[in-house]
Amino acid sequence: MTLFYLITALLLSVLIYLNRRQILNYVLVTIYAVLQWGFTIYSCYHYKSTELGYFTIDSLGLLLLITLSILSIPAFYHSYLYIKKHNETNQSRSIYFAALVMLLTSISAAYLANHIAVIWIFAELTTLSASALIYHHRNKLALEGTWKYVFICAISITFVFIGILFLSLSLQHAGSDDLSFSNLIANADSLNPFWLRLAFLFIFTGFTAKLGLVPMYTAGIDAKDTAPAPAAAMLSSVLMNMGFVGIFRFYSVVSQTSLHQWANLIILIAAMLSIFVATVYMTKMMNIKRMFAYSSIEHMGLVMLGLAMGGIGYYAAILHIILHSFVKASMFFQFTQLYRVFQSKSIYHVGNYFKYNPAGAIVILIAFISATAMPPSGLFVSEFLIFRSMFEARYIGLLLFVLLMLTIIIWAFGKSIFKILFTPPVGFDESRVPVISPWESLSQYILLAMAFWLGLNPPQAFTELIKDAITILPL
Amino acid sequence: MINLLLIVFIISLLYLSIANRMVTYIRILAFQGFILFGVTFLQLQEINTWNLAIIMLETIVFKAIAVPFFLAYLLKRNHITREAEPFLPNFLSLVIVTLIIVITILLANSIKDTHLDKIFFVVALSTLFVGLYIIATRRKIITHVMGYLIIENGVFVLSLAVGNEMPMLVNLGIMLDIFASVLILGVFLNKIGDVFKNVNVDQLDKLKDY
Repeated sequence: MTLFYLITALLLSVLIYLNRRQILNYVLVTIYAVLQWGFTIYSCYHYKSTELGYFTIDSLGLLLLITLSILSIPAFYHSYLYIKKHNETNQSRSIYFAALVMLLTSISAAYLANHIAVIWIFAELTTLSASALIYHHRNKLALEGTWKYVFICAISITFVFIGILFLSLSLQHAGSDDLSFSNLIANADSLNPFWLRLAFLFIFTGFTAKLGLVPMYTAGIDAKDTAPAPAAAMLSSVLMNMGFVGIFRFYSVVSQTSLHQWANLIILIAAMLSIFVATVYMTKMMNIKRMFAYSSIEHMGLVMLGLAMGGIGYYAAILHIILHSFVKASMFFQFTQLYRVFQSKSIYHVGNYFKYNPAGAIVILIAFISATAMPPSGLFVSEFLIFRSMFEARYIGLLLFVLLMLTIIIWAFGKSIFKILFTPPVGFDESRVPVISPWESLSQYILLAMAFWLGLNPPQAFTELIKDAITILPL
Repeated sequence: MINLLLIVFIISLLYLSIANRMVTYIRILAFQGFILFGVTFLQLQEINTWNLAIIMLETIVFKAIAVPFFLAYLLKRNHITREAEPFLPNFLSLVIVTLIIVITILLANSIKDTHLDKIFFVVALSTLFVGLYIIATRRKIITHVMGYLIIENGVFVLSLAVGNEMPMLVNLGIMLDIFASVLILGVFLNKIGDVFKNVNVDQLDKLKDY
């Protein structure tokens, strides 16, 4: 089934690219959506099975795959709206959808890959397809964003490759040449620590470009700024999760060795720096899309903090990354409508959104409450658990620092969001405001409701899956 | 013989650090491609013949011929000036590159590992750092691409070091090569030449956090 899925999705992507007729494009995209869901349901029924030797449907992969499939439907819907409103040419539409299909397919495959080289191959493919999405508008800004994204991703993908080479050197001491994660974990005791250390440094640095952590986070920010908002929603949710999968799977190998504490320290440093950088930029940010993107950096820092702390932090990290995907995606989906009203990304030219589109304004408000993890939201639960894990690990000083940073972020984020929602913009011509149907916000309401529901009252199966995903890690 | 080729490879890095003209950079890249062709042939003794043929074909076609020719074509087409325009004087560059090589040799000697061919490690690591150094200190976008290609060559040397045990990794390295060449060179440099008149990084400053 995995083979069928990959080949069909690839074929669909090529067909969408070749067929420039509108109706055919949308039919093919619908077929892909059905295929994606079919594959997801198939995966649920074949939990814990291995296909083609390189793809294992394990708990973490399954959770993130379901997240991706849920997000893919609104992504296609909002892309359809976006393309329709912007009067795109046939060519740019077909390239956009072909790239989106390719991106979602390669991310799904990377989630399920059980071999570090296979994850690496699909990470390459995501760079390729994401760059086509970022270059969608074909102007100077898009070109600059694409160039920076491609260059930094190319370097980080090379870093991951160097890491894999060091890992293979480390594995030679164990007398084995199979780089699958299960084999690495089985041979964890006999891996050479020196090479493993280098391998972890390189692989971690490489995947931070996708995850959005300190050394390589810049590429993602520019990408989300220039890509169309529905594509940016995918870049800042499911693609970031792919970076998490890469780091998490390798971390679960390293955590079985004597380097566990050292790896925690590296992750901790990167996480703290990410939260700090996000805070600094959020206070000054005037570009709404970049503000959302920096908020993602902050959340990824928190996720990695949970991973570094251990204990309940592991659980919180996975819960947080799933909830964050729903919230951040709905923010970016809502941004497409915001942009249609104000025709600007700058906070200066945006304001009083409640007056023009109340349904959308409530989405932004709820998304803001979720993104800053205020009490009734689902992310409050996961963030609270992360803080608890810090408390239990006796990092009180760091905990205070993180809380201070988050307070500043809430202040900065709130200042901008309330400007968007309530303060009237200067010199704004109201006569050309389009009427936006409240139904367009429906998908965002559903996604946000899911984030609340999964955080406050998670179903049994969901918690079981998360618990199963972290059983491999030592306490 | 392998050692000789690898030492020549290192010397080409030193020459790269003082090169003034863009054409020289391209020639060095092509030259490195031929050296890697030779190293591949001599090093990968235990690998099966077909795989070896594919790897060698890739090194000669991509690294030594196609990419350098394409870069030369881009230079001509986009009217890129001949100067490399480094931020630092050449003498300083030479000193820094020498330091990089010396430090990697010292580092490699501190490693106690019988599985590793040290000369491969030294060449790979110093090529990696020289590539990063070239990217950091040159002004043109196309020189950044060349710096990246040099990093790739370094990574390829490292993958050859483990190539006999795990031929799959060499193939992955080739995939990386083709991916980067197609993506970075094929798609974008063309367009960047059309949209930006002078292809300097200074122009890529519109996306910022204001």
